[in-house]
Amino acid sequence: MSLKSTLHNLKEKYKGTKMAPAFNALHTFLYLPNDTTHGGTHIKAADDLKRTMNTVIMALIPCLIFGMFNAGYQHYHALGTPVDFLSWDSFSIGLIKVLPLIIVSYGVGLGIEFLFAIIKGHEVEEGYLVTGMLVPLIVPIDLPLWMLAVAVAFGVVIGKEVFGGTGMNILNPALTIRAFLFFAYPTWMSGDKVWVHGAVERANEIASGANVDVISGETILGSLAQGNGAGYSVADMFYGFIPGSVGETSTFLILLGGLFLIFTKIGSWRIMLSSVLGALVMGLIFNSVVDAGWVTVSSKFYGLMSTEFWHHLLIGGFAFGTVFMATDPVTASQTNKGKWIYGFLVGFISILIRVFNPAYPEGVMLAILLMNVFAPTIDHYVVQGNVKKRMKRLKAKTA
Amino acid sequence: MGLLSKKDAKLITDPLADNNPITIQVLGICSALAITAQLKASIVMAISVMFVLGMGNVVISLIRNIIPSKIRIIVQLTVVAALVIIVDQVLKAFAYELSKTLSVFVGLIITNCIIMGRFEAFALGNGPWRSFLDGIGNALGYGIILVIVGFFRELLGSGTLLGFKVLGDPIEKTGLYALGYENNGFMLLSPMALIVVGIIIWVQRSRNKDLIED
Repeated sequence: MSLKSTLHNLKEKYKGTKMAPAFNALHTFLYLPNDTTHGGTHIKAADDLKRTMNTVIMALIPCLIFGMFNAGYQHYHALGTPVDFLSWDSFSIGLIKVLPLIIVSYGVGLGIEFLFAIIKGHEVEEGYLVTGMLVPLIVPIDLPLWMLAVAVAFGVVIGKEVFGGTGMNILNPALTIRAFLFFAYPTWMSGDKVWVHGAVERANEIASGANVDVISGETILGSLAQGNGAGYSVADMFYGFIPGSVGETSTFLILLGGLFLIFTKIGSWRIMLSSVLGALVMGLIFNSVVDAGWVTVSSKFYGLMSTEFWHHLLIGGFAFGTVFMATDPVTASQTNKGKWIYGFLVGFISILIRVFNPAYPEGVMLAILLMNVFAPTIDHYVVQGNVKKRMKRLKAKTA
Repeated sequence: MGLLSKKDAKLITDPLADNNPITIQVLGICSALAITAQLKASIVMAISVMFVLGMGNVVISLIRNIIPSKIRIIVQLTVVAALVIIVDQVLKAFAYELSKTLSVFVGLIITNCIIMGRFEAFALGNGPWRSFLDGIGNALGYGIILVIVGFFRELLGSGTLLGFKVLGDPIEKTGLYALGYENNGFMLLSPMALIVVGIIIWVQRSRNKDLIED
């Protein structure tokens, strides 16, 4: 008996019971369902929610693989015994460290989704498939697994389920999870010790008297905020050979993923483009303020303000956030004009927070969450504006 | 109940659950968010509000027939302000550290909507004994939520309860901390208090479906 028919029999067996949604989900997750819609007119399209989610995951895979290589590469680099980037040494460390993050993320998240579906008696929704892949990519590599589990539980329940599940949430669940970690366990989410595997342990060894060199794995943003300069070449920043969260370092691969999303029409090019524009405008404003001499070297904002405006696109999580988080179709603006405004403000505010709040150097997370809250308001005014325009046209015609 | 008639007892028990001032009427949220990072502060705040609301209700009820209705809000404010000043002075005299933690929020009891709400809705139309019970009941309802929120925020945020290190010592790495547990800093921030209150509302309404509006 094939797996499909086994699952199908299980589904039939549990039909009408409380556990039914769980078995239905397993069945549709792996195979196309046998039953079709009956009666009435309906549109047949291949890109259902499952297909949409899988496309995003495909776009994320290069970032994930790169992140695994980079984890080991940065680790050995910091230890002072560099290995080749594309080597088993660097990949194996990444694999051992990142795989548990993925398993915990999916295990806890999908577990809660199944639980809620059973309690509330609706079908399991695919919403967590992308979130579960995004989460391991936007956390530091050494994050303790129990913290991730707590944060995922919080993000899925408070960020999504209380609003009614997939498609009803106001905030991007993956960013809710990251924001929770960020405010709950700041020592694990910021600073110069968490971005390279082994740095925390090494710091503890030194604290207890071991005679070894400290591993410093400052992110570029952190280093710039302290006025130390980037310390990496533009090529390194673009291709991603820098410390940072697991999957967000390589702007190049994110760009490829973004193009893939635009090509498959899953992600909105309007949001991506306007967000980049917003960031560039804010960067230019800061650059011109510095050029005008209003901010001097002694200012604590000088380091980040004087960073060349287009470098902001390469460092930190800006590229990743713009391509994969800001374009979330549920929490972004829905109207085309609204998408331009929404995206522009995401980019604009990201750089603003990044520069003016050295304690929270990653502005893109907070900027997207903030704009998620305002997205419905933007849409409302865009729609109302359109209604007004057409009313005027109607009046002009009938008068 | 020998002491209280059934009707009077309801004045105390109703606000505890099905007519709770915080979770059902959604009043007095500000202080519930601001001072609940520690259990001790929550308890003191609850007792202070109980004193002000109980006494205030009695005073307003006693003079309810001689207050000109046009200026009744001002009269009510004067009564609350007088009582709050007493609480504030007592706290400063006997628990100075705590009064610093509570800071401006003791003074802000004056603006707590629950108090003016009970004066308007109950004390102006009922006798002193029933008004007293109503005041105590509502303050208890307010206090119980404060204590629940304070309990979880202090336990998860600082790992302590009333200042005792119940989860072990985070610096010496004893108890849970030896296993790698860490305090949740988010719990100490006010947004988390809002979420905890929200969860209490969620639990309460899923237990008693009659409370769900719309």
